[in-house]
Amino acid sequence: MAGSSLTESSGAPVGVLALQGDFREHIAVLKSLGADAVGVRRPAELAAVSGLIIPGGESSVMDKLSRLFDLAEPLKKAIADGLPTWGTCAGLIMLADTILDGIEGQQSLGGLDIAVRRNAFGSQLDSFETELAIPVLGETAVHAVFIRAPIVETTSSTVTTLAALSDGRVVAVEQDNLLGTSFHPEMTGDTRFHEYFLEKVAGR
Amino acid sequence: MSDKSTSETPSTTRVKRGLAEMLKGGVIMDVVTADQAKIAEDAGAVAVMALERVPADIRSQGGVARMSDPDLIDGIIAAVSIPVMAKARIGHFVEAQILQALKVDYIDESEVLSPADYVNHIDKWKFDVPFVCGATNLGEALRRITEGAAMIRSKGEAGTGDVSEATKHIRTIKGEIAALSSMSKDELYVAAKELQAPYELVAEVAAAGKLPVVLFTAGGVATPADAALMMQLGADGVFVGSGIFKSGNPAQRAAAIVKATTFFDDAAVIAEASRGLGEAMVGINVSDIAAPHRLSERGW
Repeated sequence: MAGSSLTESSGAPVGVLALQGDFREHIAVLKSLGADAVGVRRPAELAAVSGLIIPGGESSVMDKLSRLFDLAEPLKKAIADGLPTWGTCAGLIMLADTILDGIEGQQSLGGLDIAVRRNAFGSQLDSFETELAIPVLGETAVHAVFIRAPIVETTSSTVTTLAALSDGRVVAVEQDNLLGTSFHPEMTGDTRFHEYFLEKVAGR
Repeated sequence: MSDKSTSETPSTTRVKRGLAEMLKGGVIMDVVTADQAKIAEDAGAVAVMALERVPADIRSQGGVARMSDPDLIDGIIAAVSIPVMAKARIGHFVEAQILQALKVDYIDESEVLSPADYVNHIDKWKFDVPFVCGATNLGEALRRITEGAAMIRSKGEAGTGDVSEATKHIRTIKGEIAALSSMSKDELYVAAKELQAPYELVAEVAAAGKLPVVLFTAGGVATPADAALMMQLGADGVFVGSGIFKSGNPAQRAAAIVKATTFFDDAAVIAEASRGLGEAMVGINVSDIAAPHRLSERGW
């Protein structure tokens, strides 16, 4: 994988939304792949990135802070303009056009033409690890960690399903420059999903 | 075990520690009722902590402080969709069993409640629900992790609104980790002995330069500036107890502390967040509390 040389050629760093959550883990994985990565909390920082990861965390908090600090509108515009963006867990919720079981008044940035159910599995006692087949990443299964995770409940015809649980519930999707995963590739040391995203950033 | 490709394994160490990872950069707020939990969620809390009385009331009313009534915990779980934590007494593994049966997301084995066992902490490995525990120094943090804690919070002095103990504890833990990182292997054996913690864990912390679990801070945080201070000192996030619901305007203060925690390194944002919050909780100087009444000295 040539993630590093590809991203360097674009010149701009990859951003990770750093309002709350495990953004440092994403930054560390990106850097381990040779990419330049920075936290994004302000519109000016967003304007300088070539791609964006929205990390795991609490989606209702990210939603509130992004609106309070005037980042939500620039984020929506950047996503609509084709900025390669990947949401993990809370980030998947942020990228969904429709949120099911959000807190009162919760909004998303949208972009992915899907409906995502928040806390779809239940309480922390229902959080789990499993092996997931993700054909676009190769034959070896991906070890995936689900923490009070959301699931993709409906998808439009323009959305590609990248992975589903054994019972068919969709947990990874792709639509043009957008990626969404219910689980946390930043937690396991398997960098294939980050490499896949960096290729998207480089290929834009 | 069925076919590995379809099996789902819950309650692993990674899953337990992982939830705390997702709370980083956030504020966890003490609540005693479902209404308070809703206010906390609306203000931007990443999680709420259910307890019978906030520490300031435990302090002023005295008596034995215990786990909350299950009805109250059920009510709080029903009222919000962010994670719900709840406190059990130190060593009270039956309170912990109850909290697990109630399906809370995290159990805090907490010195803020009256200890149930002055010798043993709970064997936290036996539980499927993850635990957070308090610590005043690195040795205490490592002993709790050895017992199965999946998250650590520095203790501070709960219910005072005096941030000085929180400062002392986070500085102590961070300083002791930094000292370990500069030690050679032979020195680490002695350090493990002095920290009263297993060598393997001490070596792991020395190599990583950090705990293997998330480190929040707690106890005395009452203002946006206090929260930002904790974050600048290296905390992963902040617990706020009496500081919110014992203040003049809880919703506004809670939201302000959330902002200051995210923008902890931006004085302009913290200044803005600090404006017009009304009265902070009435504070007690820790130095005015006789040593036997200091909650942080519970647990060992």
